[in-house]
Formats: sequence, structure tokens, C-alpha cells
Amino acid sequence: MKLLKHRLTISQQEAVWAYLFISPWILGFLIFTIGPMLASLYYSFTSYNIISAPVWKGLTNYIKLFSNDPLFWHSLKVTIKYAAMALPLNLVIGLFIAILLNQKIPGVYIWRTVFFLPSVIAGVAVALLWVRIFNARIGLLNPFLKSIGILNPPGWLQDPKWAVSSLVIMSLWSVGGSMIIYLAGLQGIPTTLYEAAKIDGANRWQRFWQITIPMMTPVIFYNLVLGLIGAFNYFTEVYVATSGTGGPVRSTLFYNLYLYQNAFRFFDMGYASAMAWVLFVIVLVVTLLVFRSSPYWVFYEGEIRK
Amino acid sequence: MADKSLSKPGGTIFIKQLITSIKTQELIVKTATTLILAIGAVFIITPLLFMISTSLKDRNQLRASPPPIIPWETKTIEINGKEEPLYEVNLDGETHQMALIKNRPEGKGLFVHPDNPDEVYELFIADQKALRQVELHWENFLEALTKVPFDKYLMNTLIVTFVSMLGMLISCSLVAYGFSRFRAPWLNILFLVLLSTIMLPRQVTLIPIYVFFQKMGWIDTLLPLIVPAFFANAYDVFLLRQFFMTVPLELDDAAKIDGANPIQTFFYVMLPQARPALVAVAIFHFLWAWNDFYEPLIFLHSRENWTVAVGLQTFDALYSVNTHLIMAASVVMVLPPIILFFLAQRVFTQGVVISGIKG
Repeated sequence: MKLLKHRLTISQQEAVWAYLFISPWILGFLIFTIGPMLASLYYSFTSYNIISAPVWKGLTNYIKLFSNDPLFWHSLKVTIKYAAMALPLNLVIGLFIAILLNQKIPGVYIWRTVFFLPSVIAGVAVALLWVRIFNARIGLLNPFLKSIGILNPPGWLQDPKWAVSSLVIMSLWSVGGSMIIYLAGLQGIPTTLYEAAKIDGANRWQRFWQITIPMMTPVIFYNLVLGLIGAFNYFTEVYVATSGTGGPVRSTLFYNLYLYQNAFRFFDMGYASAMAWVLFVIVLVVTLLVFRSSPYWVFYEGEIRK
Repeated sequence: MADKSLSKPGGTIFIKQLITSIKTQELIVKTATTLILAIGAVFIITPLLFMISTSLKDRNQLRASPPPIIPWETKTIEINGKEEPLYEVNLDGETHQMALIKNRPEGKGLFVHPDNPDEVYELFIADQKALRQVELHWENFLEALTKVPFDKYLMNTLIVTFVSMLGMLISCSLVAYGFSRFRAPWLNILFLVLLSTIMLPRQVTLIPIYVFFQKMGWIDTLLPLIVPAFFANAYDVFLLRQFFMTVPLELDDAAKIDGANPIQTFFYVMLPQARPALVAVAIFHFLWAWNDFYEPLIFLHSRENWTVAVGLQTFDALYSVNTHLIMAASVVMVLPPIILFFLAQRVFTQGVVISGIKG
């Protein structure tokens, strides 16, 4: 180190330390991100089953994806259908509960705990539980619906028309995860804003639309982007609920599940890589669109001018 | 208008009315809030109760519709060597405990006194009350945990969770320190690159990583689930960096004046200051690693190497009809996260972690 001190200026020393400290990530980035990304891009132009070496096939995989694989389009549709239902519902319900939990009501911490609880146990156990709640024979839901007068409740996960909606309901049970982020956002809104609005004679409704919503847009934006990525990554719940089949009659064949089947059931790694890259481009475009739209609806406090 | 009424003699009354009306308004809002929350809480809690109660039920109780939340069982009594359900029977204004020995047409049944089985009464079953008792079948847990090698799953999960947690804490705090305390060319751009990896779908890198691990001979070992954690991840680096930024630079400077090099400053100044943030990311890592299913499913093939998540899914695939056993195993799986949640509640509900998100 002493040798270095003589040869390097202070700012150069600082740079050396900086790179020393971040070196674990740089190594990881090269080994587990950039390297694999380039490799999977290459695989996507090949036919590859892991056992024998990849064989260059040009655009074959992509052509098959877009023009010769109805399941690809179907899985995309299933994923979008899920996202189109789950994202708005999670947003509205999550924000709504966060607003309720931000009131000064007795036992507010207990309420917060209750609503957050399901999001710490997400995964296999939750899916196994809900499969049984939805079950027409032994489940909890349909007897309840019958008791409140809905005499012909759907078959939920066993009904192709309702399977995706059932997964949406399942996801709403864990709405606490986004709720807690909204709550943090709400608590960050300066109370002076509300007080000033009260003095100006704004009622609750006006305060909500003129203060709460604009101040919350960055958090809504954050949850929206993460939720979108989450929808395209959706896997565990549907794998567990359908034993990896995406049934009944492929009604829950999510994009990620179909990709998994191609890669690790049919060992068509080249095709699965092409699917992964198409997914990457979709996520990129959608996220970019959301980002591009953000100046029109996301409000940052620092932007207040004059 | 309001000014005028205030200056009138009746103005104070008007203000009082205004205050009380605000108070009642507040009261209405609070009551409505609590009511809506209570309805939501039922939706949250009922499935959990269903899980716990099913895990304690007898196999025969599973088919009851609607499934009772409390694991009731009908009381039985032995009549002529056979177990018969016991009822509270109304006979001439007096209640007797009698056993139902035979069903008859038109909803009727044959009832007898346990003491005097020869005297038979034919009564409507619907008019009588079945006697029930709560019976908790704790043995379900033993059966569920021994039907498949759950102890192995648990051991593997604990190894993966804690070793990868250690790796994550070491690597992420080092990297976060590098990004928060030094100036160097390209550092800001590298930080943006790091953040952008959050958006990268993991499927894009998964297949080459699988091939890589296979060439290393690591498939079907716990290593693929552990080793990458030692190379930092965007989420935890970001959260730790946000926290490190709030630690006053003066502390670093003081250490520097005392002759500490950056590594010493990191260990003796930054890490002690950052304890709450480290605890928070450790807890979130625990939950993530404990519940993760996707990667163990892909990297682990033989049963003795599985984690609880994969083991539970496979257990369900084999013994799906034994709902009581599946739920017992599920309770075991969700218990550690729930205990952790209650122990570390403040971390979740006040959230050092969450504060990183804003701004």
C-alpha cells in the first residue's frame, strides 16, 4: 500500500479503493449477468439440448415462435390477462388499505400486522392452501358463496374460464406487500400540505385527489413497474397449483411456465433462450413506455416551480 | 359569510356546532375504517385458520361441507360393540343423551339409551342435536414429517438460507460501501448498471447459468443456491447504499484522522452504524431464500437434496388427497417466517428498508 501511495494521487487512490470494494459485484456481473446474457443470445440462434453442442440455426427459433407456435401466443395472452387484472386490483386495493391504515384508529399496529402477514409466507404453502380453499368438494369458498345466495359458484382453478381469475384472487391475499410500500409513501407526505388545504377549505375528497394522489404517484409508479416485471416472472403459484401443467386445458400456461417447460422438460434450450430474449424485449419496451409516460402523471416534489 | 356569522352573538354556538360536527364526522370515518378493515381481516385470517384447523383434522373430517373451521368431531359411544354417534334427544320435554343406531326413511332414525339398548325410539334426526367434541390430531404433524424426509429438506433449507445470507451480507455491504463513500471514474454509471439489473428477467441468464453449473458439476448440489449470493445483488446493495448515505461523513473523517484505512473504517465505523439496515436486509433475504421455489426446482434433482419448498410441492404431488397432512407440512413451512415476522415486526412496519425506496 505504501508503494501505491507514492505513485498514485489521492483521487487515484480513492478510485482504487472504490473498485476494490465493488469488485464482488463486478465479478458477479461478469460471471452471472453479462456472460450468461451473451451466451443465451447465442443459444437463441441455435438448437441446443445441453448434451450435444449447440448447432447454429439462424433465425429458426424466432420464426417458429412468431409464426408456428400457437402456445407462445397463448402463453403471452394468459400472462397479459393476468397482469391486466392483478395489477390494477393490487394498486387500488393496496393503496386503499394503506390509506385506511394511515388513519388514527385504535389498534392500528395490529391491523397493519394482520394485513402484512400473508406476504411473508408467499410461495408453495400459500398455493397449496388456496388450491384447497378453491376446491369445489372440500373447499371453503363455494360453501360460503352458496350461503350468501350464489347458488352456482364457478369451479375456480378447475374451470378453464376462471383459473386465471382464481390466481388473481390468490395474489390479492398477499396485497400487504405493496400496501406496506404505499403506507411508507403516505407517511412521507408532509402534514403541512393537508393543514394548508384544510385552511383553504378543501374537504376530504379534494384533499385526497389534490394532495394524496399526486404525492403518491412516484410510489404508484414504483409498484407498477415492479408489478409488471413480477407478472412476467409469475411462476411458483401456478406451477404448484397446476402441478406444472398450466391446466386445466392450458388455461394457466403462463409465459414463464411455458419457457420452463421448453427448457427443463423438453430440453429445448435454444428455443427457451429465444423465448427469454423475447420476454426481455417485451419487459424492456413495456417498462420504457411506463417510464416515458411518467412525466405526464408522476409528480416529484422537487419539480415544484414558482 | 362565515365572518359575518362569527361576529354575530350566536357565532360561538355556530363554532361549537362546527366542532361537534367535525368530531362526529371523524367518528363516522373512524368507525367506517375499522369496519372495512375488519371485513378485510376476515379475508386474510380465514385461510390461515383453515390451514391450521385442517392440519389438526382427522382424515374423515375432510369431506365435511362446509369444512368447519374448528376441527369438530361427533361424539360416539359403543353400543353392542359398534361406535354410534351420540345425540342430545328431546323426549317429552326432557333431554337425554342417546345414540343413533340406524337411519330410517324420511329423515328418521332409531335412537337408543346407552344404558338400555333394547328400548328403541324412532325420531326425526333433524330435530335432535349431534354432540360434538374438539379433537386435535397432533399426530398428523409426525406423519407428515416422516412420510417424506422432511428433516433433510429442513436441513438443506437452513444451510442454503443462512450461508447465502452470510454471503449476501458480506458482499452487499462491501459493494454498497464502495458505491456510497468513494469518488471514481465510471462509478455512477456502474451504479446505474447495477440498478438496471433489477429489471433483467432472470430467464435471460438462467439457461447459460444452468449450463455453467453443470460443467462445474454443481447441479444437484446446494452450491448454485449459495455461491451467487457472494457476488452481491442489486436490491440489497441499493437498500444498504441508501442507508449508508445517511451515516454522517464526519465519522469517516474522524477515523481517517486516527489513521484508519478504508477497510478499518468500513468494519469499525460503518458496519456498527448500519446494524438496523443489515438486520433488515438479512430478514428480507431469509424470507426470500426460505420461500424460493424456482431455483431449487431447477438446480436440485434428487430428493435428499431438496429444500422445503420443493419437498412440499412434491409431497403434494404424491399425497394430494391427504389434505390434512399437506396442511400440517405447510404449517411447518410457514411457521419460521411467521415467527420471524412477529419478532422483527418493527423492521417491517416502520421499515428502514422501505425508506430506501423513496427519494
